[in-house]
Amino acid sequence: MSNTEKWKDINKSREKRPLVQVYKNWKELPPIPISFPIEGSIGSTGDWRIFRPIINQEGCNRCGICWMYCPEGTIKKKEDGSFDIDLQYCKGCGICAKECPTKNIEFKREDDLNGE
Amino acid sequence: MVSDIKKEFLQNKENKIIKGNEAAAYAAKSSRVQVISAYPITPQTTVVEKLSEFVDQGLMPGTQYIKVESEHSVMASMVGASMTGTRTFTATSGQGLFYMNEMLHWVAGTRLPIVMAIASRGPAPPWNIWADFTDVLSQRDTGWITSFCATHQEIYDEILMSYKVCEDHDILLPKFVAYGGFILSHTSKPIIIEEQALVDEYLPPLPDEKGWPHIFIDPERPMMFGNLIMPSGFYYEFRMKIHETMMRAKEKIMIAAKQFERMFGRNYGNGLIQNYKMDDADVAMLIYGDLAFQMEEAVDQVREEGYKIGMVKLRHFRPFPVEEIIEIAKKVQVLGVMDRGTAFGSPTGGPISSEVKTALHNTEKTAKILPMISGLGGREVTIDQQKDQLKILIKMNETGELPKDLLYGTLWHGKLEVK
Repeated sequence: MSNTEKWKDINKSREKRPLVQVYKNWKELPPIPISFPIEGSIGSTGDWRIFRPIINQEGCNRCGICWMYCPEGTIKKKEDGSFDIDLQYCKGCGICAKECPTKNIEFKREDDLNGE
Repeated sequence: MVSDIKKEFLQNKENKIIKGNEAAAYAAKSSRVQVISAYPITPQTTVVEKLSEFVDQGLMPGTQYIKVESEHSVMASMVGASMTGTRTFTATSGQGLFYMNEMLHWVAGTRLPIVMAIASRGPAPPWNIWADFTDVLSQRDTGWITSFCATHQEIYDEILMSYKVCEDHDILLPKFVAYGGFILSHTSKPIIIEEQALVDEYLPPLPDEKGWPHIFIDPERPMMFGNLIMPSGFYYEFRMKIHETMMRAKEKIMIAAKQFERMFGRNYGNGLIQNYKMDDADVAMLIYGDLAFQMEEAVDQVREEGYKIGMVKLRHFRPFPVEEIIEIAKKVQVLGVMDRGTAFGSPTGGPISSEVKTALHNTEKTAKILPMISGLGGREVTIDQQKDQLKILIKMNETGELPKDLLYGTLWHGKLEVK
């Protein structure tokens, strides 16, 4: 089997190619390691977090600046216009808390929250 | 071979008397390279200078010429360009090559078929810009296929053959095409520039908009590369694959050389090595680069005196032609290995002679090896000196004794001595 044929799966469009390829040994590997962009492809990065951002929904004016600034795309816009932070992937960088113009995102140490 | 070139040259108006560097530029033009990234460094500068003229005059339609601020950026931009699926070319020398080092590993690890001409020069300090292959040989472990050119025509031919080998979907590795600075780069010789239609037929087609089979930049098929792999992941296996591919490339190099000969009529041995009067030789010299071309003449002159001597021109250093060298070492009694480059503290002090000795390990009844070094930093090596080198080997064969003035087993020939 030629290499071109062996790697035909990675050449397919986003919808058609397999999300995970399983290799039994080194001979089956493609020439370079690649990964396809899927949600959480590097694992639950929320584990890295020291500080947790907490949105004060009452004071929030729903401007969307935090949603725009989040480098990891973990702030989700809900149907009613409010915002929610996906704590499975939020690394706790604090950019949202820093950028919030109404100062309605609190930044708290995970240890102080006692696993709430 | 020389007279053949002369005959062909006179028949074809397209042929030119040009410098070695220009031959490299013409080869890039004939190969229809799509992206050239350039930073000047002596003695390579005129390669990219000539290419900038071609691009400026519209002789290379569609070719992007990128000017950057350093050699590191040259190779970084080459990586970016090649990832999108384009045929890329650049050239450098000595210190510029060292500055690229990090990106050289990146290119081989990403398996991008970039071809780079290297007008080799001695590494500084002390400053030196003349022929010495230490620069390219010191990039031994970067994972680039490495070859040496002995003549002006070979520079042109080798670059064509390089794209053939590197862009093969079963190989996908980058390649250095090295030749001696000034000795080849800045001297003029008649060169046959092949017809574009023939070159197009010889080379693989340019990559289409889908790019290389293993890597591409396409929003429809997004991918991430340059990933981090944990020790428990496949890092080890990906490295192993580069070595395995390099070894498999030997066969492709031989095929490319054979097809080249069939199409253009110029023979380069089996692609990995080229023998000269080896059929009945019992003493031989293994040599590479521009010195090999002159050595042919020295061999002829020594043969006239009645000695059965031959020469082996090493064309590829990576992958190293182990089987071919074992075969030669079994046939001859004494094999001299001439380096124009240094590997300080290595078993012999010469990069190639160390490799030859390694290749012969575990093989019984092989020739006696005499590691030799000459012409460092562009030091002139005359035909008389080369005849002297050959006679040292002959004497070694006759008496069975090593020459006397060796430095840790290696003969440093042509050093200055004030009487």
